[in-house]
Amino acid sequence: MQGIQIDLISEERLSSLTSMEKIRLILDDVKQGNIVVLEKGLAPEEASRLIEVTMMEISPDGFSGIEMETYPAKEGGAGLAGLLSRISGKRPGSRLTVIGPANQIRMLRKDKDLISAWVSSR
Amino acid sequence: MSFLIKTKKKLSRFLKVFFRKRRARIGIYGPPNAGKTTLANRIVRDWTGDAMGPVSEIPHETRRARRKENITITGMNGNSVDIDIVDTPGVTTKIDYKEFMEYGLEKDEAVKRAREATEGVAEAMHWLREDIDGVIYMLDSTLDPFLQVNIMMVGIIESRKLPVIIVANKIDLPDASPGRIKSAFPQHPVVPISSLEGSNVEQLYEQMADYFG
Ligand SMILES: Nc1nc2c(ncn2[C@@H]2O[C@H](COP(=O)(O)OP(=O)(O)O)[C@@H](O)[C@H]2O)c(=O)[nH]1
Ligand SMILES: [Mg+2]
Repeated sequence: MQGIQIDLISEERLSSLTSMEKIRLILDDVKQGNIVVLEKGLAPEEASRLIEVTMMEISPDGFSGIEMETYPAKEGGAGLAGLLSRISGKRPGSRLTVIGPANQIRMLRKDKDLISAWVSSR
Repeated sequence: MSFLIKTKKKLSRFLKVFFRKRRARIGIYGPPNAGKTTLANRIVRDWTGDAMGPVSEIPHETRRARRKENITITGMNGNSVDIDIVDTPGVTTKIDYKEFMEYGLEKDEAVKRAREATEGVAEAMHWLREDIDGVIYMLDSTLDPFLQVNIMMVGIIESRKLPVIIVANKIDLPDASPGRIKSAFPQHPVVPISSLEGSNVEQLYEQMADYFG
């Protein structure tokens, strides 16, 4: 069967991985032409390393990088949780994140709570 | 906490305050073609009379971070700050050499430019983690500011607790919308300028003296 593989990775699975394991998992998957959906987004430090490692692995006529889209973090949110996060100054991390190979995926955030992904087969 | 550790902490804080007379290193970050080098050149020219680096309409002209030391910027209100300016390669999550061929580059040249660009972006990320004390985040105000890479970069800068001024550049163009940038990043100061024509740069200098001083 021809098609495109989509891997959805749960928050539990992600939280059991170290930062470098997460980055490896994402890049190995995306380099095979798969789309990765993370239930919980990366921490800023992890995003920074993901960009760095992605750059180091780009090669002519091979991997040309990633396309990535995520919902923005809830601004503190309502209720007690929101209040606590505002007091502690801790911003909640980003939410559901879609990552794919740059040469096969175009992403569009239609608005703050809708992401559209257009994928082409190789 | 033991007495010893407390004393050690106090001492190291004391030493930091005493020896930290290093000038603040201000990195100019943002996507390719936002006008980072144009602004860096203007800052360096306005305050030292020198130049920084070449500007181009082809993305990724700047593929090495460049540092210009010891620039004193004075705002209209008389406040001033001593900084080093670091012009960085534009940060992106993808680079394809074929894109450069569309600008008329030969394949060899395009592949070389792409390789240097990837190294440059990795280097810029490294600078941000290790060597930068404040950031000017530069955006082209004719483009959508909500791009993932911008949100991600501003998140990374915030997580490092670095002071950041957002510059809404290219306001000389008819479809510029600095207001859109202000609404995308309400938590930071946004200064609309044209780094090409120089309009409103005085306001940026004043903001820099206040914010990075
Ligand atoms: N219209 C207009 N063009 C600009 C402005 N600033 C830079 N540019 C142009 O945008 C292109 C990219 O500029 P450059 O400084 O190399 O961008 P960088 O990749 O961010 O360093 C060049 O063609 C510049 O002339 C501006 O304020 N207005
Ligand atoms: Mg440049």
